[in-house]
Amino acid sequence: MQVGLEQYLTVSFLLFSLGLLGVIMRRNLLVIYMSLELMLNAANLALVAFSRFTDNLNGQVLVFFIITVAAAEVSVGLALIVALYRKRQSAHVEDLTSMKL
Amino acid sequence: MPQLPDILFYVFAALTLLCGVLVIANPFSRNPVTSAMFLVLTIISMAGLFVLLHAFFLAAVQILVYAGAVIVLFLFVIMLLDLKEEERRKIKFFGIVAGLISVGTILAIFLKSLRATNLNAQPSPTIEGDTASLGKLLFTNYVLPFEIVSVLLLVAMIGVILLSKKDLK
Repeated sequence: MQVGLEQYLTVSFLLFSLGLLGVIMRRNLLVIYMSLELMLNAANLALVAFSRFTDNLNGQVLVFFIITVAAAEVSVGLALIVALYRKRQSAHVEDLTSMKL
Repeated sequence: MPQLPDILFYVFAALTLLCGVLVIANPFSRNPVTSAMFLVLTIISMAGLFVLLHAFFLAAVQILVYAGAVIVLFLFVIMLLDLKEEERRKIKFFGIVAGLISVGTILAIFLKSLRATNLNAQPSPTIEGDTASLGKLLFTNYVLPFEIVSVLLLVAMIGVILLSKKDLK
């Protein structure tokens, strides 16, 4: 079968769903962060595929910015997790309920 | 007879999805280090997909930034936190059911909308995502976002330094 835009988008959708499933299902903060990275990567794949199939480089520039912002987000998020772990001795979402009503 | 890029697409797509599954639900190990390692494999096979889409610069950046920097940061934090106790916890049944239902619904919407649209796109023969063309675009049309992103990185750096101080106010 000829590989077209549809196949790339399907892979991107499946990967996004996997990431979302990880965010909902896993209870470890670090694994939740990794699942977020999967979702961002799925969006990147869709953007690059669109860029290739619509003869437009703007999508790839956007992916470049997304990668940069994702790196900044990961560094800040992991620093937050480390600060949280120092206070609570846990990186498990069910132990972090002080904002729960 | 399928062409070589098509075969490679299926190989890389299968690798990406398989390693993605192993990141979130590994039946053999609940250790976050294993998840991080499979995330590296996902990123690398996705870089393969980028090469197939002629996005050579992004494939290199993907490997450099994700596999080289982000995953190393993840591993560093995992080893710093010593999460051995976490492995014994069970995944809640309710969480699995809720996750599968919501994700299945979203995936159904995605795939149905994909079927409904008529994507008759052909790969463009001229477009090449190499460093020269992407850099030219980045420094002409996108020069303001580029500068703003550099400020964002600076802000993130200051934030990380502030957050990782010992006596956080």
